[in-house]
Amino acid sequence: MVDLTSSAVGDLQLRNITKRFADFVAVDDLTLTIPKGSFFALLGPSGCGKTTTLRMIAGLEEPTSGSIHIGDTDITHTKPYQRPVNTVFQNYALFPHLTIFENVAFGLRRRGMKDVDEAVTKVLALVELGHLKDRKPGQLSGGQQQRIAVARAIVNRPALLLLDEPLGALDLKLRRQMQIELKWIQTEVGITFVHVTHDQEEAMTMADTIAVMNKGKIEQMGSPVELYENPKTVFVANFLGQSNLIEATVQTNSGAETSVDIHGSRILLPSSRNTSSKSKVLVGVRPEKINIQTEGSSAGKNSLSGGVVTDISFVGVSTQYQVEMPWKQEIMVFEQNDGGAPNSRKGDQVTLSWEPHFTFALDSES
Amino acid sequence: MAIAHVSPGTSTHVNPERTGRRIPYLLMLPGLLWLFIFFIYPLINLAETSTKTRAASQETGAFIQTYRFANYLDAFIEYQDQFLRSFTYAFMATLLALVISYPLAYAIAFKSGRYKNILLILVIAPFFTSFLLRTIAWKQILGAEGPVVSALRALHLIGPDTTITASSFAVVMGLTYNFLPFMTLPIYASLDRIDPRLMEASGDLYANGLTTFRKVTVPLSMPGVVAGTLLTFIPAAGDYINAAILGNPTTKMIGNVIDSRFFRIVDYPTAAALSFTLMAAILFLVIIYIRRSGTDELV
Repeated sequence: MVDLTSSAVGDLQLRNITKRFADFVAVDDLTLTIPKGSFFALLGPSGCGKTTTLRMIAGLEEPTSGSIHIGDTDITHTKPYQRPVNTVFQNYALFPHLTIFENVAFGLRRRGMKDVDEAVTKVLALVELGHLKDRKPGQLSGGQQQRIAVARAIVNRPALLLLDEPLGALDLKLRRQMQIELKWIQTEVGITFVHVTHDQEEAMTMADTIAVMNKGKIEQMGSPVELYENPKTVFVANFLGQSNLIEATVQTNSGAETSVDIHGSRILLPSSRNTSSKSKVLVGVRPEKINIQTEGSSAGKNSLSGGVVTDISFVGVSTQYQVEMPWKQEIMVFEQNDGGAPNSRKGDQVTLSWEPHFTFALDSES
Repeated sequence: MAIAHVSPGTSTHVNPERTGRRIPYLLMLPGLLWLFIFFIYPLINLAETSTKTRAASQETGAFIQTYRFANYLDAFIEYQDQFLRSFTYAFMATLLALVISYPLAYAIAFKSGRYKNILLILVIAPFFTSFLLRTIAWKQILGAEGPVVSALRALHLIGPDTTITASSFAVVMGLTYNFLPFMTLPIYASLDRIDPRLMEASGDLYANGLTTFRKVTVPLSMPGVVAGTLLTFIPAAGDYINAAILGNPTTKMIGNVIDSRFFRIVDYPTAAALSFTLMAAILFLVIIYIRRSGTDELV
């Protein structure tokens, strides 16, 4: 077998990848470069094409058109077993008839590697499960199986590690712990990780770069902070965290500040954060950026008055208010739990205010 | 349940725990009764018969209990050829059935798409006709005027006077054919249960198609292979219909001997002793086989 692991090291490139199933386009003309050594997340709702993209990188599906490259090597038409790519499958797909040791050794043995014992022992130590090497997968807990699935893949030192919803089957607490662990393992081994998930928190915790996918296309790509603070589309604004999006009309659009009108209130935002060129826009602000106070306005800030608190829920780290505005739209406000008493009660008339630079504006379509 | 907890001291209530414990036994009762009447009792009866000897009156069918265990040794020595032949034929038929069934089951499980159910029905379809009739049909198919012989003669693969019926070949063919579904279905069932992602994982871990088959598919289908070989071998070793219809006097299996001892010669003790010897021999072989195939380790 050709040893691609040494020759094909470099960035992963997807060039104009399209995957069509019968009458449905799963991935639509996708072009993407994933830098070597990064932890990259493909984030999107189910059916957005992220898993199909991953399967094409693994070689389990063939793209209808376009090409896939690792460094200078075109791997579009190579078989899965010829690619320097390993996958951590959803539900792990550990071999039930083999011991943990043999599961991890599987890839090494297939390539006729020497020192299988040493490599397997080392990687089992890395995931701290060396003591379970003689067990069968069925005797392990979900979290342990997950770590074995990671070990079985990274022991091969692939150019690329693909993770298909790897934490989906774990409970919340274990998922949090594994997120940190996976991130640590990635830093430790320095392999490029491509992670597919529908869980925005999971993607944000682990990935350096996130590509948000929707309907077979990438909506926006960037660091977690970038995506959260500067969503460029309505889909991204709603998929990553929560956003309040309010219809507005642009009044002045010159210089560093843009001024918009929301039902009679003048709202300012940095022009650089207005991604629309139209006069009708959606103005967005994250719930935790908004201050809530009883009637009365504060100067120098964006403010909307006339809201009525319709619901309050206390979730520990914050109190979440639902405020109904005079134009019947519900606005979410998160107030951090800093020890003080809640600002408002249900039924209170309130004014919402926030700093202009927390405001963004999006195209109302799409 | 709640009532019992509230009033634990009252004796008017039936203790639900105790009734609960009795339910499994009640459910097993019909089966146990059936087994006792139609299996255990005849077995005891057979054991009793096996050590009898012919009555002094020499009247047909009259035997007296003499606890003559030498019946076993006599019967075995006299019919060891037929024993050996039975196991050889059964072994060959099992092997052939395995070779035919595995690819068939594999194709049905993984490659048949929407025809899966139709193909499965076709596997079972022969059962709609009686076992005896199907075997007689084979006699026609393999007969001197049948399509197989004329085709082979036309191709000059066999001489103009060679026939196929009344041979050990025909008996093994008949056994293979008749027990094929018992091999195919368990193998299909265990192949069908394999998570396709395991094969993907194997490919992902540098195994090509053939290696994946050897290292993942075959080991995971072993429970089906073991079940299938047992379901084929056990009845084939005890079969007498195939040898009676498709064989000749030199292809007699132990089943034929037992049949003629019971119903033609009316030598019940020898027939009973042979039956027990056959049962013990099969049990012995099966235990060795299961031990060695190590299927108990499979999840």
